[in-house]
Amino acid sequence: MRNLFALISGGLFGTGLFISGMTDTRKVQGWLDVFGEWDPTLAFVMGGAIIPMFIAWSLTNNRTPALGGMFPPKPDPVIGRNLIIGSTLFGLGWGLVGLCPGPAIASLSFGGLQGATFVLAMGVGMYISPMVKARLDAAAAAV
Amino acid sequence: MQIDWLFGLAGGVIIGLAGAVYLLVNGRIMGASGIIGGLVDGSAGSQAKERIWFLVGLFGVPTVLALLLGDIRGDGPAETYATSNLAAVIIAGLLVGVGTRMANGCTSGHGVCGISRLSLRGIAATVFYIMAGGFGVVIFKHLLGWV
Repeated sequence: MRNLFALISGGLFGTGLFISGMTDTRKVQGWLDVFGEWDPTLAFVMGGAIIPMFIAWSLTNNRTPALGGMFPPKPDPVIGRNLIIGSTLFGLGWGLVGLCPGPAIASLSFGGLQGATFVLAMGVGMYISPMVKARLDAAAAAV
Repeated sequence: MQIDWLFGLAGGVIIGLAGAVYLLVNGRIMGASGIIGGLVDGSAGSQAKERIWFLVGLFGVPTVLALLLGDIRGDGPAETYATSNLAAVIIAGLLVGVGTRMANGCTSGHGVCGISRLSLRGIAATVFYIMAGGFGVVIFKHLLGWV
């Protein structure tokens, strides 16, 4: 059952990304390009996605997930170095090519060589991320 | 142009429904970078199977839609229009991979799931990656002309 609903959720996610135009890197870069021909589509996608999710979060109060277990606890509201540096690195890569992890997978079948190369490089980046983080931690400790 | 906004809004609601199913049924946060990253570094453990099924849906359904419909706006085959500069693609992939794992989330986890929970971390991450993305477009596109 868990696998079935994971498949349904992933399928809906892919459908939404495809319909919204988020697998088109021109639309993503258009949103980020405030000095070019600015494209507000991404704001509509974000806004549209936040509405059902907001309702979903409000339904988690005093309940447990339908298939058992616990809802994920709210993390400490600490905005640390890793969150800031990590999000900045992510944003730079996102701006450079216009792909983030979800749309990169969703567009893999029609993304050509660039799409496959991106996913491969992203996988390598995810794998080496803890090592990069350890280096930064060591550098920060030395300062 | 406005039709794109409607497609955006409709697609966005479906993305939100996907996150709602994953949360309310499976009890998990729908974060693409976490789902993929946990499989890449082996930290997914017993969750590996359901994550693989999630990715099968995420990859499979748009594949079928692209074959049947082509581009959603009907302008021919589906395309990402990503740059053909492979060096830029590799750098971007590495930055996205390293960054999302370091920050523990991307556009789906911090953006969609975090903001809707009024999570301070999600909101802060979103502000930083959008600012960096805008900065990146100015530098890489307008100043350096890489893409």
